[in-house]
Amino acid sequence: MTATSDDARTRKGLLRFLTCGSVDDGKSTLIGRLLYDTQLVLEDQLAALERDSAKHGTTGEDLDLALLVDGLQAEREQGITIDVAYRFFSTPRRAFIVADTPGHEQYTRNMATGASNSQAAVILIDARKGVLTQTRRHSYICALLGIKNVVLAVNKIDLVEFSGERFHRIVADYLGFAAPLKFAAVTSIPLSARFGDNVIRRSEHTPWYDGPTLIEHLESIDVREGLEEKPWRFPVQWVNRPNLDFRGFSGTVASGVVRPGERVVVAASGRESVIQRIVTADGDLPEARAGDAVTLTLADEVDVARGDVLAHADARPEVVDQFAAEVLWMIEEPMLPGRSYLMRIGTQYVPARVTSLKHKTDVNTLEHMAAKTLALNEIGFCNLATATPVALDPYADNRATGAFVLIDRFTNATAGAGMISFGLRRATNIHRQALLVDKSARVRLNGHRPAVLWFTGLSGSGKSTIANVVERELHALGVHTYMLDGDNVRHGLNRDLGFTDADRVENIRRVGEVAKLFVDAGAVVLCSFISPFRAERRMVRELLAAEEFIEIFVDTSLEECQRRDPKGLYARALEGKIKNFTGIDSPYEAPQNAEVVLTPSPLGPEEEARLVLEALRARQIIGS
Amino acid sequence: MSTQSRMALTPHLRQLESESIGIIREVAAEFRNPVMLYSIGKDSGVMLHLAMKAFHPSKPPFPLLHIDTRWKFRAMIEHRDAIAERYGVKLLVHTNPDGVARDINPISSGSQLHTQVMKTEALKQALDKWQFDAAFGGARRDEEKSRAKERVFSFRSAGHVWDPRNQRPELWNLYNTRISQGETIRVFPLSNWTELDIWQYTRAEQIPVVPLYFAAPRPVIERDGQLIMRDDERMALKPGEREQVRMVRFRSLGCYPLSAAIESRAATLDEIIAEMLASRTSERSGRLIDSDEAASMEKKKRDGYF
Ligand SMILES: Nc1nc2c(ncn2[C@@H]2O[C@H](COP(=O)(O)OP(=O)(O)OP(=O)(O)O)[C@@H](O)[C@H]2O)c(=O)[nH]1
Ligand SMILES: [Mg+2]
Repeated sequence: MTATSDDARTRKGLLRFLTCGSVDDGKSTLIGRLLYDTQLVLEDQLAALERDSAKHGTTGEDLDLALLVDGLQAEREQGITIDVAYRFFSTPRRAFIVADTPGHEQYTRNMATGASNSQAAVILIDARKGVLTQTRRHSYICALLGIKNVVLAVNKIDLVEFSGERFHRIVADYLGFAAPLKFAAVTSIPLSARFGDNVIRRSEHTPWYDGPTLIEHLESIDVREGLEEKPWRFPVQWVNRPNLDFRGFSGTVASGVVRPGERVVVAASGRESVIQRIVTADGDLPEARAGDAVTLTLADEVDVARGDVLAHADARPEVVDQFAAEVLWMIEEPMLPGRSYLMRIGTQYVPARVTSLKHKTDVNTLEHMAAKTLALNEIGFCNLATATPVALDPYADNRATGAFVLIDRFTNATAGAGMISFGLRRATNIHRQALLVDKSARVRLNGHRPAVLWFTGLSGSGKSTIANVVERELHALGVHTYMLDGDNVRHGLNRDLGFTDADRVENIRRVGEVAKLFVDAGAVVLCSFISPFRAERRMVRELLAAEEFIEIFVDTSLEECQRRDPKGLYARALEGKIKNFTGIDSPYEAPQNAEVVLTPSPLGPEEEARLVLEALRARQIIGS
Repeated sequence: MSTQSRMALTPHLRQLESESIGIIREVAAEFRNPVMLYSIGKDSGVMLHLAMKAFHPSKPPFPLLHIDTRWKFRAMIEHRDAIAERYGVKLLVHTNPDGVARDINPISSGSQLHTQVMKTEALKQALDKWQFDAAFGGARRDEEKSRAKERVFSFRSAGHVWDPRNQRPELWNLYNTRISQGETIRVFPLSNWTELDIWQYTRAEQIPVVPLYFAAPRPVIERDGQLIMRDDERMALKPGEREQVRMVRFRSLGCYPLSAAIESRAATLDEIIAEMLASRTSERSGRLIDSDEAASMEKKKRDGYF
């Protein structure tokens, strides 16, 4: 534990910073050095470090200080950092939380994890190597995440004979690159993490340097963000309802200050009310400031739920369903425009799609490049659309309401991190044409309810055959129907699309939108598409009301489909003449919760069609 | 809890408190069936106190769970039951019946097997039995170097496995709470607290702790260079060992044969804090299970240990 007096840490306030930079530049060693020289390494830990250094050390007979920080077995064995470590230390002037992040490109997401909560960055450079790609990538990510204070630590200065000339050349190089990143301050320090020069102890080997030591500088950085001066934002986290007489909204004040008696709005609905009480377990408060976790009660019974954002009536966030943002991609599977992801913003989850990828950024040159997808660790500027309007602010104005993550809907992996640049279209400005005849009027006229019957399955599984029989039967019953399938869509509406993953996603998205229009018109729409990805089928499902989407899985085995091969396509795919053929060299993700599953019936498609009609009756789409 | 104690919190502690309350609420809002692991120690005490604050005037919408190895100090069990009563929260207790049948114990089975069966396996049994999808633990990142690597919301695949090489990125406080059937999340609301923070907060908020943390004359034996308090007859004396009364306290509490006492005169919270500031060893140095093998904490954690 800390060798600090009881209240030393309260004086200057906590500083959260990270170390970053390229592989082996000495980040972990530097943190180890900081812990060691601030006397935070205790006797039993030191004994363990001596044992570890002998076993895994990279520094010969000396203590390998990086081993104080690289706590995972795999890290110690390989001598690298894989994931971020959070360490705590204090000096008589300040308390610090430092995130030691990995230099390897492969683990960029872990670096971003460490950077997202940091107020300052120490970017290391190996004095022998100068500015490298990872130095630039990490600098760019720090800038995107809004870090304004940067320390350029030119490390291993002992290995270049403490050369001032070398130091100045690297600094000039770096500043040339970093100018467009608009850091508020870049402080450059020559140091040796291994031997401690200019870390805590001023070095006698660098007489040409008269700036602060690293610790002096970190102690002095001013990182007040002025969060309390910003407009008040309160993302509602939990509705507190112990009994009928109390209804409170629990959450943490993201920015600003609020007091009882002030007029507030629920951002998305525009409903107004007045703050009644600020409740805490220690009694009511006269005000709640940025960072306070409190429970608010309102004067009126307005509808407020988790995910809502409360704001002052005269300083509201934007409420939009489209916005532009920088996105850092963090999973192997590339980001596909059109695909539906789950977006977490504030305390809310909402389905969202990237509608277009404007460009991606080359981290070496900071140039913009055209791109169709974002691969792992790439950063791009995108337009996104959400399923419902959300309250947000530009990230530059407010980190808490301007940051989001994208989650893969099937693996639940955290796939992307985003920083909002600006809203694109105010949801409140979309004045939809007021309609005199609406969906329910059409249902009354038609005598049946609309629906999408979505047939999915491998090529040759029998989707179209069954759909045809179903349509014939429905027609005979007087039901308004329409058939959408690959043939009538690919030749017209989607003529411009091919068969890459991105194009397949867009294909289904358009089909979904067209099907939705037909549903609005009151029809039963039969769609037969291989639609191999769960994410896209789910995307269409979400366009419609829950009871309007009926997924029909035509579950015919690959062997059977290959045996049938009505169009000779499998044969050609197996010869390599067709690329990206589902089931052969492109995956099919079977539905897990289809409303109807059809396995080949000995009685043929008529029997399968009968099962579909039965399902429609059970759901009261058509009468019995 | 008076307004006065609130005023006594430093800005640093208040920031930690708010952050933890936010984390605890997040779990209540997102998970179907959460549980709070309650180990009776000082960290658990703070965590429970924070949970009470987080949901006021409601009660925490989840139960406490204690994994009872049958070898905790008696004073701990008394404290546990008194606390559950005092706070009015539901307390679940689970002991691994297989371990009982095999008479697994820290003395003749060895600390490693005992921990594996009576703590790790028992915990997994309990999580499965009650179908919990999220479990709070009171671990802190400053405790140990593999803990320093762990996320606040730490994903466990089916079977409760932690894969430290493949953790979900965790940006800002936008915790990813999504899981599939069979998967769970371990949540660590005290991640950013240090041992000093815990004691200062305990003092400021007057949180009750097990009396064993305070120095008092206690009968101990010296074994392998450590002071062990023989809490009952099950621990037989070895030849040459004899009980002697010394002024001792515990920095960290667990199964009594595995928790070494330190000689101390610190009998109040103020004195404990002063003593800790001067100490040159870590709190874990008194835990006999950690030194079993190098990287042992990471290994235990991968197996499902908290
Ligand atoms: N001579 C010298 N060696 C250093 C210095 N700093 C670090 N090293 C050595 O450089 C090697 C890599 O150091 P680490 O601290 O593991 O580097 P890192 O930046 O944390 O690496 P990753 O986290 O894997 O990206 C180790 O062998 C260190 O001992 C220094 O100032 N001088
Ligand atoms: Mg490292």
